[in-house]
Amino acid sequence: MKTTTNTSDAAPVRRSGTYFGLGTYLGLAGALLAMIVLFSLLSSHFLSYATFSTLANQIPDLMVLAVGMTFVLIIGGIDLSVGSVLALAASTVSVAILGWGWSVLPAALLGMAVAALAGTVTGSITVAWRIPSFIVSLGVLEMARGLAYQFTDSRTAYIGDAFAWFSNPIAFGISPAFIIALLVIVLAQLVLTRTVFGRYLIGIGTNEEAVRLAGIDPRPFKILVFALMGVLAGLAALFQISRLEAADPNAGSGMELQVIAAVVIGGTSLMGGRGSVISTFFGVLIISVLAAGLAQIGASEPTKRIITGAVIVIAVVLDTYRSRRASRRN
Amino acid sequence: MSVPANETVLAVSGLGKTYAQPVLGDVTLELRGGEVLALTGENGAGKSTLSKLISGLEIPTTGQMLYRGQPYAPGSRAEAERLGVRMVMQELNLLPTLTVAENLFLDNLPSRLGWISQKRLRQLATAAMAQVGLDAIDPDTPVGELGIGHQQMVEIARNLIGDCHVLIFDEPTAMLTAREVDLLFTQIERLRQRGVAIVYISHRLEELQQVAQRIAVLRDGKLVCAEPIQRYNSEQLVNLMVGRELGEHIDLGQRTIGAPLLKIDGLSRGDKVREVSFEVRAGEIFGISGLIGAGRTELLRLIYGADRADSGQVALGQPPVPVTIDSPKAAVKAGIALITEDRKGEGLLLSQSISANIALGNLGAVSRAGVLDADAERELAERQIGAMRIRSASPAQAVGELSGGNQQKVVIGRWLERDCQVLLFDEPTRGIDVGAKFDIYGLLAELARQGKALVVVSSDLRELMLICDRIAVLSAGRLIDTFDRDHWTQDQLLAAAFAGYQKRDALLHDAAPRMDA
Repeated sequence: MKTTTNTSDAAPVRRSGTYFGLGTYLGLAGALLAMIVLFSLLSSHFLSYATFSTLANQIPDLMVLAVGMTFVLIIGGIDLSVGSVLALAASTVSVAILGWGWSVLPAALLGMAVAALAGTVTGSITVAWRIPSFIVSLGVLEMARGLAYQFTDSRTAYIGDAFAWFSNPIAFGISPAFIIALLVIVLAQLVLTRTVFGRYLIGIGTNEEAVRLAGIDPRPFKILVFALMGVLAGLAALFQISRLEAADPNAGSGMELQVIAAVVIGGTSLMGGRGSVISTFFGVLIISVLAAGLAQIGASEPTKRIITGAVIVIAVVLDTYRSRRASRRN
Repeated sequence: MSVPANETVLAVSGLGKTYAQPVLGDVTLELRGGEVLALTGENGAGKSTLSKLISGLEIPTTGQMLYRGQPYAPGSRAEAERLGVRMVMQELNLLPTLTVAENLFLDNLPSRLGWISQKRLRQLATAAMAQVGLDAIDPDTPVGELGIGHQQMVEIARNLIGDCHVLIFDEPTAMLTAREVDLLFTQIERLRQRGVAIVYISHRLEELQQVAQRIAVLRDGKLVCAEPIQRYNSEQLVNLMVGRELGEHIDLGQRTIGAPLLKIDGLSRGDKVREVSFEVRAGEIFGISGLIGAGRTELLRLIYGADRADSGQVALGQPPVPVTIDSPKAAVKAGIALITEDRKGEGLLLSQSISANIALGNLGAVSRAGVLDADAERELAERQIGAMRIRSASPAQAVGELSGGNQQKVVIGRWLERDCQVLLFDEPTRGIDVGAKFDIYGLLAELARQGKALVVVSSDLRELMLICDRIAVLSAGRLIDTFDRDHWTQDQLLAAAFAGYQKRDALLHDAAPRMDA
């Protein structure tokens, strides 16, 4: 068994921050496995190459958004604008390519830059006036969506297959987009657990005043987290364009809730100070497998929503119960 | 309804609590009606655990309890309270946006069909408040508008409502003014005469001797004694607590006090800090005394850049040159450290490990190109755990699980790694047991020997007189006077502390004066 040297199993400690014990991961993996088994029993088509290949190609946007949201929740913030920022980035790309005749790479970079800017705006206003990011990002949600409509004249803009390579499977039904999303996850987990930046984020989420009085200015770090969230929303926009071959100003509508649900199912705390990108990945898989499985067994749209909602609530109840039991020691 | 004095109300036998390690073992003790039992011991000795077991907040691992002749095993605090066993916690459990009256009767608001009967509520509240001498306060005042001392009295009043046979006070006077302490003691005496069994937890030996008849001392989770308090003098009690002798004087070693290192000139902020100027020399321990609310904490925060000064100048170095300190970050860069008064709220990441807390602010030293080196971080933590004698299971243990003294050592350890020239200590020994206090004094002396300039704020005048080379006294935001060692008396220092309040009635001041000496 691989354990880090500084975490002795005998020590009676309630750990937090980025320490998500093996138990957490096993629990999440177990829940995922149970769902897969259940759907396989309910539908003979579920356990197939096609199902998982489709899944792998649909979730990269959710994966990268959830990574960004994990960071945002860790510093005790929330970003409701991610779906709209995704649409804004996609619309920007479509304007650059179709309107101005730009080539793919600069257009993609512009789209991500615009998304990063949106995130920076959210972060800067939140920090400068000490306003809850909930409200600021709610405003940015509306503005970004409005801009997306304006850029595209409220119509879906067909871009064609310029981005198709992103989502065309290269091996075992897996696309470059999925691989990029996986790399983002691995990199983000390393940043969170192994870097000074990651440590500051956990500190800020745990006790921002203590961090400030320790001689660290928390503000640039907070802005950076929202900017990163923007960049990842831009990346998710590129994934969507490549899959749909179009930029849809309605894209990502309501997606922020799906993203937050995935992160919270993974066990990242809405109160800040505690989170893991790996467990967020499990959260994304759980919510996606659930959606795919329900579709396969022919559940109606209302049924799907009711069941998905119940799963979110149960996951949070279980996680809260678990962490309470751990903290009763205090 | 007087219960015969000395009748056992609650008896615990063989009581123990084990988490991963035993924290309380085999305690056998009787609580008697009409008696105040002082419960004392070093932090981490098990006082809180014992009181939590009795008041239903924790379930014992071993042992039994008998309450008024019946087996007693409360599953929750609510159950214990229903039976008449209550505890006044150190932390305030009040809702600041609700009124005093609403807070007092929150669990049982007088109402008809859900409509609150305001008149009845006010009557009940007025009666309950009179019991603790809060007559002067309007029951319709929102609790958040009261000073901390008054809030604590509200908390106490709330626990006195209803049936009460056993009442536990956990460090009730930590935030009270002298006048409020007197009120509290009067109230405790009245309850005692009514036959209530009272447990009074505190470190303040003078208070224990004043209020209690019997004393129980815990050390390392074991009961060392439970006997009439008159049998011991203060020194003997301290010895019982720590298990070793402590003198009234401490040897701070040979120090050479050099040239000025920190120069404060005309520092002001609102009416909290007014035109304060002083100098601290290298190797000097400079005390700041004053009443609560005199502006001591505010002054330190200004020097550290945690708040912005309206005017004034801070100069540093040898010779001191003016520096601009507009944020804690700038202060740290300039070589100033602040060890805050509220270590849980402002100093520590409680849920994080010891190593993460020590490394916070030193991450540059344990990382390369922004990537943390886990081994270097652990070495750093182990170095400070060893040097500071921090009692802990491992560097990975969460700081929130440590005792107050060990938590304070973690905060100090963080700054020792940074080699700051000026260290500002705000109440460095508050809520810390005697043994750990002397560890901290030794540490302050060591820092002074290294030629650093130390500023120490404390409410404990005797502590300042023990360790400081000079003591400045703040009163109502002004620096009234500075006294040299051997040229001060307790009376002079106290007189200076009151000097700034003479024009108004000091007792009406929100955070009214209190001096622990």
